[in-house]
Amino acid sequence: MPPNSAQYYSDQLRRHLRSGLRRPGDLLNPILFFLMVITLFPLGLGPSPEQLSALSAGLFWVVALLSNLTISGRLFAADYEDGSLEQLIMSPHSTALTALTEVAAHWLFSGVILAIVSPVFAAMLQMPTTAVGTLVVALLLGTLVLSLIGAIGAALTVGLHRGGTLLSLLVVPLYVPVLIFGVGAVNEAAQGRDPSSWLALLGALAAMGLVLAPVAMGVGIKIAVDR
Amino acid sequence: MTDVNLERGYRRVLSGVNFTVAAGELWQLAGANGVGKTSLIRALAGLVKIGLEGEIVCNVSLLYQGHALALKPLLTAEENLQFHPSGGVSREREAINHALETVGLAGYETQPVNQLSAGQQRRVGLARLWLDDARLWLLDEPFTAIDVVGAALLESRITEHVADGGSVIFTSHQDSRFGEALQTLDLARYAP
Amino acid sequence: MWSFIHKLGSPPWFYRFSGQLIRWLLPIAITTCCVGAIWGLLFAPPDFRQGNSYRIIFIHVPAAVVALAGYYALAFAGLASLVWKIKMADTAMRAIAPVGAALTFIALVTGAIWGKPTWGAWWVWDARITSMLILLFLYLGVVALFEAYDNKAAAAKACAVLSLVGTVNIPIIYKSVDWWYSLHQPASIKFTGESAIDASMLYPLLVNIAAFYALFAVVVVLNMRAELMSTHRRSAWLRDLVGRS
Repeated sequence: MPPNSAQYYSDQLRRHLRSGLRRPGDLLNPILFFLMVITLFPLGLGPSPEQLSALSAGLFWVVALLSNLTISGRLFAADYEDGSLEQLIMSPHSTALTALTEVAAHWLFSGVILAIVSPVFAAMLQMPTTAVGTLVVALLLGTLVLSLIGAIGAALTVGLHRGGTLLSLLVVPLYVPVLIFGVGAVNEAAQGRDPSSWLALLGALAAMGLVLAPVAMGVGIKIAVDR
Repeated sequence: MTDVNLERGYRRVLSGVNFTVAAGELWQLAGANGVGKTSLIRALAGLVKIGLEGEIVCNVSLLYQGHALALKPLLTAEENLQFHPSGGVSREREAINHALETVGLAGYETQPVNQLSAGQQRRVGLARLWLDDARLWLLDEPFTAIDVVGAALLESRITEHVADGGSVIFTSHQDSRFGEALQTLDLARYAP
Repeated sequence: MWSFIHKLGSPPWFYRFSGQLIRWLLPIAITTCCVGAIWGLLFAPPDFRQGNSYRIIFIHVPAAVVALAGYYALAFAGLASLVWKIKMADTAMRAIAPVGAALTFIALVTGAIWGKPTWGAWWVWDARITSMLILLFLYLGVVALFEAYDNKAAAAKACAVLSLVGTVNIPIIYKSVDWWYSLHQPASIKFTGESAIDASMLYPLLVNIAAFYALFAVVVVLNMRAELMSTHRRSAWLRDLVGRS
């Protein structure tokens, strides 16, 4: 019996999650990347705590962006190469929603892990402790949007020669609002003020992204398989 | 399909294809490499839409198998079939195990696919044909890169499916194997 | 109306129509450019604070305006290609993208040239300049995506999706950058000096904007014709038309 839609999407999600969990070492990669880049900042900018503290929100978000950029390139690549994308399109279920399950798994392994570990990195960058709670929430929302945007870029460039550089070009302009709202939220909280309007903006981006990005992804995947 | 023209990147590949498949028929799309066999069968599957003119009508459930097997290397043979992205593969453990047994992979169900040999991996992909209830099968080069045992299994399975009232269209540039039941569509006729 | 658009979708018809269009659009473009240039450079009065160096806005502002409008035209062509499957829309997109990118670049460079004598800096991170830079990335992205695909028909669809995604984001990006910088810079430093512009400078500016629009249309149409000539160079209808003229 072919599975119905809900079963199908949950199956595909499980497929990606299980595949990702089979090599637990890979889950550490985003964290290691973050750690290495953060180590460079005090070396490059000087270790002064006041300076780092003032810059911490911005630095954090830029590294989160770069981290997402590097991993987005591989998002649909494996499925493209092994033929899963074709089969996915052949199924009677919505390609857009199926792509969304893949992004969801990807986000769980990158953005969510980052958000959970972020207090450690925040301490390393001398971020004021009042801001850390906001940072975690903002990261959860923000990395979701980043993953969605990265997925649009990935769907449009999957299987292309030098797709990685092209992906960066396509996706960086779209990252800008997330960067601004994310840093805004954390800075407000760092100065002891209320960050909720910035967080609401991030939430709005996330809502919009969840609705629109899958459509773009679905079209992108179909184009990729078509050529 | 009626009056189908096919272009790839603004260059015409096939012109005026007219073709009907009924239940219980076995068809081979024949022709030299590059004539457009793969493009046509993908168009039949619905995977190729850009550059396609004309009408393709399909009233039955489809199964498409290309050269790539859609197997996730870190998942076991069993899991790959259970969570197959086509959404058409039966999820029942017993049926899956039985199918794997039929293709000669009994005892390998819980092996991660990347630990199987290339021939064994192909057979995992083959097992799908015992688990899907689609009526029309579209197989692109199924007899390429398969070992003798696998080819025999495939042949018998196809014959079984056709006898059951299903239909199969496959592409191959090798000589045909099925004898009289096979009908051939030579794509050289439709060169632009 | 719809039959007109439908006809535009056919390459032979478009080729003939655009030939006649160019015949009167090109003189209009040249005339408005000349009028605008002469008026702006010679007859408009020098600015109270900036003297004669402000005159570069007669290039800078029209370039920026048309660059932004061009992106929306690009996205609209993308929509036409994706939704109504008009093949000429693909050609239109391919023609618009590099022109828009060039205009954005001109706007940025002339902005820098304006900035140096006026405010002492070649580059300033204000909302408008940053948004222009991002617009440049959006354009370059479309151009690069098109080049990256081997199958050009598929490339056109991908670019259509990309330009639509970009269009949705342009207002968000501009607003967020604007908000962000307004928090960081006190309002006393206003880089939008032309907001209270005198009529004697406004009119030549409008003429120049019209001139740039006309020029943009001419260049895009010529690009499309060139593209058609290259794609259909073996077709009978093209040989007839070219042979006749």
